[in-house]
Amino acid sequence: MSNEIAILGAGMHPWGKWGHNFVQYGVAAAREALADAGVPWQDVSFVSGGATVRCGYPGYVAGATFAQALGWQGAEVNTSYAACASGSQALAAARNKILAGECDVALVVGADTTPKGFLAPAKGYRPEDPDWVRFYLGITNPTYFALYARRRMDLYGDTLEDFAAVKVKNSRIGSKNPRARYRKCFTAEDVAASAMVADPLRLMDICATSDGGAALIVSSLDYARKIGKGDAPRVAAISTVTPTFASGVVEMPDIATDSAAADGVEARSFRSTLPLKAYEEAGIGPEDVDLAEVYDLSTALELDWIEDLRLAPRGEAAALLRNGDTSLGGRIPVNVSGGLACFGEAVPAQALAQVCELTWQLRGEAGDRQVEGAKVGITANQGLFGHGSSVIVRT
Amino acid sequence: MSEKPLAPAIEGWHTMTAKPHLIGTQCAACGTYFFPKQSQYCKNPGCDSTDFREVELSRTGQVWSYTNACYQPPEPFVAPDPFEPYTIAAVQLEKEEMVVLGQVVKGVDVDDLEVGMTMELVLEPLHETDDDIKVSWKWQPVAS
Repeated sequence: MSNEIAILGAGMHPWGKWGHNFVQYGVAAAREALADAGVPWQDVSFVSGGATVRCGYPGYVAGATFAQALGWQGAEVNTSYAACASGSQALAAARNKILAGECDVALVVGADTTPKGFLAPAKGYRPEDPDWVRFYLGITNPTYFALYARRRMDLYGDTLEDFAAVKVKNSRIGSKNPRARYRKCFTAEDVAASAMVADPLRLMDICATSDGGAALIVSSLDYARKIGKGDAPRVAAISTVTPTFASGVVEMPDIATDSAAADGVEARSFRSTLPLKAYEEAGIGPEDVDLAEVYDLSTALELDWIEDLRLAPRGEAAALLRNGDTSLGGRIPVNVSGGLACFGEAVPAQALAQVCELTWQLRGEAGDRQVEGAKVGITANQGLFGHGSSVIVRT
Repeated sequence: MSEKPLAPAIEGWHTMTAKPHLIGTQCAACGTYFFPKQSQYCKNPGCDSTDFREVELSRTGQVWSYTNACYQPPEPFVAPDPFEPYTIAAVQLEKEEMVVLGQVVKGVDVDDLEVGMTMELVLEPLHETDDDIKVSWKWQPVAS
């Protein structure tokens, strides 16, 4: 396929909560990716950074920040901000540059340092800001996750035990991932004993915020062949589409959905339409996918994503889970990295971390977490203000 | 609560009547409803109208989903001391074909709710200031 690029190297700084400068996480990830690729830093001609909005000006110009930290060498830089999809958008920018023939090899990197507790909006009386409105009325991020989870229970018969089973599954596999922040094997009893946050979700159903950094070295297929890496995993598709009006599922930070009252307008689910462009671009279907890394901001949300990716019919993801199909060794393993359950969310790094995991899996280098014979993997994530992404990687 | 006057927590977002309505807008060209109000540009991609009329939204709808808040949110939320958990519902308005979030009235727990249940809009205090009692829209199950 003419629109593919090669993933030559992947690197991650382990996830944690240290409060260090985000730049050092990104540099560590970039150096690991460069070493993994066997590409000298001087050969990188495009640096594409995922922005962080919590670390001051250097975070807004992350591409330049990382290029300077690694040593100015005259590369072109780019910075992308797309909330949780920032990493994918930075990857898409690098792909465009490579496919346009303006660059042979690029570094894509994102890193973050997160504050403790809720992410609160700016103060004052600001009803024109939906983020201010929802916090004023008492609606936090877990509210939205819990609304989705409860709807699954009432519509499809999902149970609290199903949600706990997602956490148990992800913690078991994540315990084998040295880059994960939480490496304890939790039990269903542990989940049930954790504090209720937003019924039906408990503390252990909801992901934390973390520090972390992830990086990829990507190149044209010609460059990959030239350095003897013609069989490197390839980015086959990147979807970063917006929702299509009318967005019918209430999303952070909005207090209401779009109205679908106009003629010819129907209510749609953003999460559900997001992967369609990725499948179309890669020329494959859900039946071709060997593993998926999805954005489990909550345990229940992992089940939504499985259906949004068409890996199970609507309402049947819990049956897949109960059957062991989404576990390592199952028919379609989901979140064999351990997912956000074991990492916590480091926003500009997270979409890249998903692609790092697929890269190692498709190279057969995932050790105890290896999905046998993995050839095609897909990612999915979603963030604030109509951002989201789905990336397909294949051998 | 004191004898302070009642005032809307967010000015102009709902009527202050006994049977309150949310105040939205409707595009005069395509009929799309907006809440919060939108009166500058229509968000329907097939419509470029700039003509809107203010409308009262349906004050009943069906539960799309529901949850509660067991932990105190950060500011600008104003919490009682000690913090009291509250219930939240997302309610589907049939005519407007949209879902609106809001707190559920005090005394109604998640165990009292289910998807599809009919709810109506009421006003209830959100918090108190030195001068007045701020009220907001809340959802209340319709007695069957």
